[in-house]
Amino acid sequence: MRRLFLSSLSWTYLVGAYAFIFLPVVVLVLFSFQDGRLPVPPFNGFSKQWYEAVFADRKLMAALGNSLLVALASSIVACLLGFLAAYGLARYRLPASALQRGLLIAPMTVSYLIIALGLLAVLNALNVPLSLMTVGIGHVVINLPLCFAIIYASMGDHHINIERAARDLGANDFKVMVLVTAPMLMPSILAAFFLSVTFSWDEFIIAFLLSRFDVTLPVEIWSMLRSGLNPKTNAVGSLVFLVSVALLLILELFLFGRTRKQ
Amino acid sequence: MTAPVSIENVTKTFGGFTALDNVTLDIRAGEFIVLLGPSGCGKTTLLSILGGFLSPSAGRIVIGGRDMTYVPPAKRPTTTMFQDYALFPHMRLVDNVGFGLRMRGLAKVERNEKALGFLELVGLKASAGKRPHELSGGQRQRVALARALAVDPDVLLLDEPLGALDLKLRRQMQDELKAIQKRVGTTFVHVTHDQEEAMAIADRIVVMNQGRIEDFGPPSEVYMRPRSLFSAGFMGEVNFVPGRIREADGRSAQVETSLGDIALPAANFPAAAPNAGDAITLTIRPEHFRTSDRTDGPLIALGDARVVGSAFFGTHYRCHLEPQGAADRTLVAHLPQSADVGEGEIIPLAVRAADVVALPPASGNA
Repeated sequence: MRRLFLSSLSWTYLVGAYAFIFLPVVVLVLFSFQDGRLPVPPFNGFSKQWYEAVFADRKLMAALGNSLLVALASSIVACLLGFLAAYGLARYRLPASALQRGLLIAPMTVSYLIIALGLLAVLNALNVPLSLMTVGIGHVVINLPLCFAIIYASMGDHHINIERAARDLGANDFKVMVLVTAPMLMPSILAAFFLSVTFSWDEFIIAFLLSRFDVTLPVEIWSMLRSGLNPKTNAVGSLVFLVSVALLLILELFLFGRTRKQ
Repeated sequence: MTAPVSIENVTKTFGGFTALDNVTLDIRAGEFIVLLGPSGCGKTTLLSILGGFLSPSAGRIVIGGRDMTYVPPAKRPTTTMFQDYALFPHMRLVDNVGFGLRMRGLAKVERNEKALGFLELVGLKASAGKRPHELSGGQRQRVALARALAVDPDVLLLDEPLGALDLKLRRQMQDELKAIQKRVGTTFVHVTHDQEEAMAIADRIVVMNQGRIEDFGPPSEVYMRPRSLFSAGFMGEVNFVPGRIREADGRSAQVETSLGDIALPAANFPAAAPNAGDAITLTIRPEHFRTSDRTDGPLIALGDARVVGSAFFGTHYRCHLEPQGAADRTLVAHLPQSADVGEGEIIPLAVRAADVVALPPASGNA
């Protein structure tokens, strides 16, 4: 009896915890199929009309394209810079390397709002006009520490001899990096890349403050919200969520799964 | 290809620690050299200096007549086979073996053909498409060997390559290494701390201790005629018997020991000619003791000894003996299978004069 009580208690807790985490998302997705004009209960029945509306909306589609562009480009740059920094700090004896590592990771602890305001001030002072490029710069600033940390953590000492062997067989530093180090670290480089894409894809504050005419999807959704709740925002929100989930699944299945096997 | 190697007065210090202390060594082209010593003796440092991964603090490295002291590893006619094999985990075996050829600009077809040839040499041609993580330790080791040999180095440096293998596989790989070295003719410099391995494969063994070369010669010479107490002790089990030279002329010497007086020819003093009055340590291998009923040549009687312990080892009995003249000292002797001695038995002990090596006593570094 006591055991039954305890086990039902733990099950209730489990269900409660997951409900707390996922209920908002479930509600969002559910009401994106609302057959009616308001995304609030009661649920009137299924309809695909809001998705059709989303795909027919030029501005939304343009923003989606912008988001993809910014996410991919800023993630490639962040991974490249993160890899180079990790390689340098892991393989060479540099002055104050502990401090340099700390400085590289430090932006993680600063709020996006502060980073965006700081960049805004800098860009103004330099007379750089706001554009998707400046949003991309902001995303590199927030994702570089992440990429650096992930790639640096995977650069083990056991790789040193492998790089030595490559050098011994006649490879120069550049070839060692491109043909040996980077491919060996590919799982963690890809992990950093996909995480960075998801973060950039969802990011609002920096994208909002550092963009002007061309905007990313979260910024476009925000301007839609200003005209009131609408199942169309639910539909586009669900799409954003779907893409993030897909990226995480790719990461989990193809990268973390593979490294476990090895 | 193959080349001779000269190590000239090489010293290497790390901060205040002297890893190599004025080491000079000449290696002939095509020789299989083993650097043997305990960990920390400087053998791996010497190998790294030969490979170009470290620069000596002083001295010179000459390979094939060219000064290589400060030439980087990629530009040296050497390749190194690393202890952990250091295979490229993301490449197939054929690409691993062909990597050096790729760096030398060989076209893909040609380089794959050559790489397959070297994989065949080590018996892994059928696995050419596999990746390193699909292989066993012994197989990885072979791939590392093939990869290092594929660029046709003059000198192959092997850093304890058999250390990670189990004993049986290690013995088998020793034979293979030796056979492959004979076939390719490359100079091999091999580092190990296993004296059996050294004897199994080396043309000449370099015994190292505390950054210095203690002994250098063919395995039989280093074992039978060690030039230092350290070398004698490292190459196998040995009994040290301290003594004093009572008198010496050019051809022989009388040595006073707790086992009695022993007359030895001057040839048995490999380190320095005997001088009357000098302290000396006699080294006797356990298998050189004879129970004096077995006569095969002139024997030196060492008096009677009591058997205090005996164990059968298959090829011999390993016995602990207490000499009657010096009860505070125990000797280890390997007696033949036929000896059949029991504990407590008193047996007469003898040794052939030629089997005793007299060395200066330890001066604190053995």
